[in-house]
Amino acid sequence: MEKQELIEQLKLQIIEQLNLEDIEPSDIGNDEPLFGDGLGLDSIDALELIVLLEKEYGIKVEDPKEGKKIFVSVTTLADFIIANKK
Amino acid sequence: MNLSITKYCSIKNGKVFVDGVEYFSSNEDKLNPFIKEFYRSEKPGYSKFFKMDDISKLGFMATEMLLKDFNKEVSPDKFSIVLSNSKSTLVTDQNFQDTVDKEDEIPSPAIFVYTLPNIMIGEISIRHNLKGENAFFINKNFDSNFISNYVHSLFCNQKTDCCIAGWVDYSNDKYEAFVYLVEKECCNKVANHNNEEINKLYKK
Amino acid sequence: MQRRVLITGLGTISSIGMNIEETLDSLLNKRSGIKKSKNLQSVHKDDFVFGEIPLTLSELKDMLNIPQHEAYSRTSLLAMLAAKEAVDNAGISDINKYRTGFLSASTVGGMDRSELYYSDFLTNDTQNKYIDSHHCGDHTEKVADLLGIKDFTSTISTACSSSINTIMFGARLIKLGILDRVIAGGVDSLSKFTLNGFNTLMILDREHCRPFDETRSGLNLGEGAGYVVLEADDIIEKEGKTAICELKGYANANDAFHQTASSPTGEGAFLAMTKALKLSGLNKDDISYINVHGTGTGNNDLSEGIAMKRVFGENIPPFSSTKGYTGHTLGAAGSIETIFGALAIKHNTIFPNLNFVNTIEEIGIRPETDIITNREIKNVLSNSFGFGGNNSTLIISKI
Repeated sequence: MEKQELIEQLKLQIIEQLNLEDIEPSDIGNDEPLFGDGLGLDSIDALELIVLLEKEYGIKVEDPKEGKKIFVSVTTLADFIIANKK
Repeated sequence: MNLSITKYCSIKNGKVFVDGVEYFSSNEDKLNPFIKEFYRSEKPGYSKFFKMDDISKLGFMATEMLLKDFNKEVSPDKFSIVLSNSKSTLVTDQNFQDTVDKEDEIPSPAIFVYTLPNIMIGEISIRHNLKGENAFFINKNFDSNFISNYVHSLFCNQKTDCCIAGWVDYSNDKYEAFVYLVEKECCNKVANHNNEEINKLYKK
Repeated sequence: MQRRVLITGLGTISSIGMNIEETLDSLLNKRSGIKKSKNLQSVHKDDFVFGEIPLTLSELKDMLNIPQHEAYSRTSLLAMLAAKEAVDNAGISDINKYRTGFLSASTVGGMDRSELYYSDFLTNDTQNKYIDSHHCGDHTEKVADLLGIKDFTSTISTACSSSINTIMFGARLIKLGILDRVIAGGVDSLSKFTLNGFNTLMILDREHCRPFDETRSGLNLGEGAGYVVLEADDIIEKEGKTAICELKGYANANDAFHQTASSPTGEGAFLAMTKALKLSGLNKDDISYINVHGTGTGNNDLSEGIAMKRVFGENIPPFSSTKGYTGHTLGAAGSIETIFGALAIKHNTIFPNLNFVNTIEEIGIRPETDIITNREIKNVLSNSFGFGGNNSTLIISKI
């Protein structure tokens, strides 16, 4: 899968997994921060994204602190998946 | 001490009543689509609503009705919440248990956090910045005598200037919220805060 | 004059003891109850360590002379053992001589049984008797029946602060003259449900928990029950009894920050401690020991430490988390730790914070790591904080 395609797929999955019912994929900028000011996600959302990685991409994240680097933006998330997918 | 009920809201069977008057109704009979329809009509602009479990959504919207036009100055640590129900968070517990039991599922942290009834109180507290005393009781039925005594004691202890109280219950096919706002004796009351009058409002 | 509320009886069961005597012995000998689980039925069973009571459901039933076929959850049985000990410990022989209530807390109720039989309930009705024992109020009714309490029962469910809230509620019922005596506390048993839940939150330590340590990485789940007997001073006088300690202060506040995480400023904890101190009429310098909530999670210990600094300034009283002994017993934690506080007063002893080595850099405060017996323990402050931002503090005092 092309990176751009993965990014679009991730946006849909994030919206679904995190129940972001008021958000459209086009509302999420590729490099926009997912946490803090951006989408306003919190620590539980980070844990849900870890579940998403395992369920959809078979990637296990053991330490929640790792999530901070992975979930900076949709682009960093896509890069992480490309680098770690088996 | 004389206390007043200054607003009350009941939600059940696809209808929302505020101070006894029908405020919203829908043909959706299941809680989830119904309460989301009510949210969209009401537009509180609080997107975290969609992340809550269904019973929290119900409690959240019922208390929105009590506080949306509330403009008195009350110190956050003197605003209390006392709620009760009979089924705790049974529906959410089942949803979580399903993810634990299925082999191809991974248990969801976002569902687990809602498997305690007082998380609903937490959501209401965050929404309105309320930091006073909280309690959540498990009773077989709405026990107006019990809850009114408890609320009364909070006011007598000078711990509370304002209190949200009531009943928010949800099981697979049935949901019911009855919440009311209690304040010290004041002019805009809709009822006195005592067992008899609370029961009358509840049965309306 | 307002009635005073005194503690006259204690009863507890946890991984460090089947009763008060065994519990005290473990506390004084730094004997932790945390180890690998024998009873849990979960794929994660061997990944973690637990504060598990080393008895099966059937052994617990035998201890209480309950026929094996009757539907009692593990939660109910633990509550019955601890509540009975508390009543005996208070020297109460005629429970209905005075208006007496039973207030209990639980977060999982009868989940330990329902999760085993849940998938069978629809297809095989041999275990359907456990459906009725599922709800959080079931154990309350079972204990009240055992003790013969008829005047007043109630069940509170406010996560991990639940059982402190029952004690607080009991004190009010006595002060208001509604009841004369209250047995109050809480219970929770280990379940696959909570294990999976806390595991998804990634706040379980695979090793022994290290509360207030820089390297802490989560909590250990435990199980147990703890009940105290509260009596009005006039009743105690009439009966010519002596009390163990007095319940002087209590408060509950909401952190209003996040569903599960504590705020960076520890606002809810700060409010609970400040208000409890105010009600007790004590100064902050009067506190001899704090039994902290101290779960061992990154978030709790930092937030609680910050709140303690806000309340006490640079002179924080000696403190420890006893969760290295018992694990986090959730709905029972507050009452079990109140009992530890009462034992601290009775025996002039501070119980250590096990597994602590490194100070948390951001706050620079150190818990007690040794048993301290050379000073008088007059006033103990005990914290319990729960999900939903529900934060409670209790203060008990030497008489």
